[in-house]
Amino acid sequence: MNHLTEEQLVLYYYGEGDGSPAVREHLDACESCRADYAGLQRVLNVVDSAPVPERGADYGAQVWRRLQPSLPRRRWSMAAIWPVRGWASAALVATLLVAAFLAGRYYPKAQQQTAANAGQVRERILLVAVGDHLDRSQAVLLELVNAQPGKSLNVASERERASDLVAENRLYRQTAARTGDQRVASVLDDLEPVLLEIAHGPDRLTPEEVENLRQRIEGDGILFKVRVVDSTVHHREEKAAPRAGSNTL
Amino acid sequence: MELSDSVAVAQARAGDSAAFRVLVERHSRHLFRLAYRMTGHPEDAEDVVQETFLRAYRQLSKFDDRASFGTWLYRIAANCSLDLIRARKRRHTQESTAADDDATDPVQSLPDPAPAPDRLLLSGEVERKVAAVLNGLSEMERTAFVLRHYEGMCIDDIGRTLGVQPNAAKHSVFRAVQKLRRALEPLVSTAS
Repeated sequence: MNHLTEEQLVLYYYGEGDGSPAVREHLDACESCRADYAGLQRVLNVVDSAPVPERGADYGAQVWRRLQPSLPRRRWSMAAIWPVRGWASAALVATLLVAAFLAGRYYPKAQQQTAANAGQVRERILLVAVGDHLDRSQAVLLELVNAQPGKSLNVASERERASDLVAENRLYRQTAARTGDQRVASVLDDLEPVLLEIAHGPDRLTPEEVENLRQRIEGDGILFKVRVVDSTVHHREEKAAPRAGSNTL
Repeated sequence: MELSDSVAVAQARAGDSAAFRVLVERHSRHLFRLAYRMTGHPEDAEDVVQETFLRAYRQLSKFDDRASFGTWLYRIAANCSLDLIRARKRRHTQESTAADDDATDPVQSLPDPAPAPDRLLLSGEVERKVAAVLNGLSEMERTAFVLRHYEGMCIDDIGRTLGVQPNAAKHSVFRAVQKLRRALEPLVSTAS
């Protein structure tokens, strides 16, 4: 008599496989396999008894309360402000920021109020621009991270978007560094090589290429860093809207 | 009348946040259980639930209406849990390295061996062993095992959730059970 394999016993325990009646019959007839199966049951029953902290009936409502402020809002984007797109839009933002920065620095004391206003405008523009940039970068990264494993992926549109984002990213990174915001500059610095890799890659990625890219994004924690800074930027953008803020992000 | 998942998804896609709220409230507890089984920490599981819904919201336009929304959420939650486990492993490695560099007590850089209060119900040694074996499983084995054993998902659905062939999912479950059995059987036999 051929005894049951461990795999057959496992599948039987979980009610999987086609041979359950045959396995049942064998177990009824074979003491050795019955003992083996009993051992398996004991182990899996112990594993099964590990407790999970219970969450109350209102847990879903609690999750919603925490989640709601983080959900992406319909925001006014840079594309709606400027008719130009991509690197040209970013260049325009960067030029305005540098101009505002220089105006603030060199205006005579009598015009300090004007300089302060320039500072507010500068901060507001940069916050909106960088927030918008990070949102769009996140969307590209998420497409890749959430791709179905083991399948090739058409990334033609992501590649095109990444090409636009690379040029913008460079300008915002330089601007953030110039205005002294090392945290944002550092995240944009991490983001740039990944955007470059996507922008310079093929339109269709093999499953291995998708996996490599996913591991790189996740391994370096880029998505997480981008999300954290993006959230901070949006928060500060909201605070900066009605009043003046600091000069950094 | 209660909204079905598919109707709620369609409305949420159209910008109805109340419809998305229905989905959040309906699936949160189930996702928490999965995330807890995957991560072993309630706080991490909370983060996974939050992150899962955030990713789902951003990716709603990609959801295939023919699929089950719950299965789709599970796949996202499993991926979020795996992300978190990988990040935790990296952090522990870095902390261990930093501790070595600073010549501080290396014991402090190890993961806290103390079980969370709500896990003390299971006898200490067996529980630690279960946790150790689960932590030692490959990501695929752990995910497949959790989905099969704790969540009762059939092998075919696990394959779909993980984006692998059913055979690969089956073997992952099988390997996980083998490892658990080898580690726990001596303890369980002694106790019985």
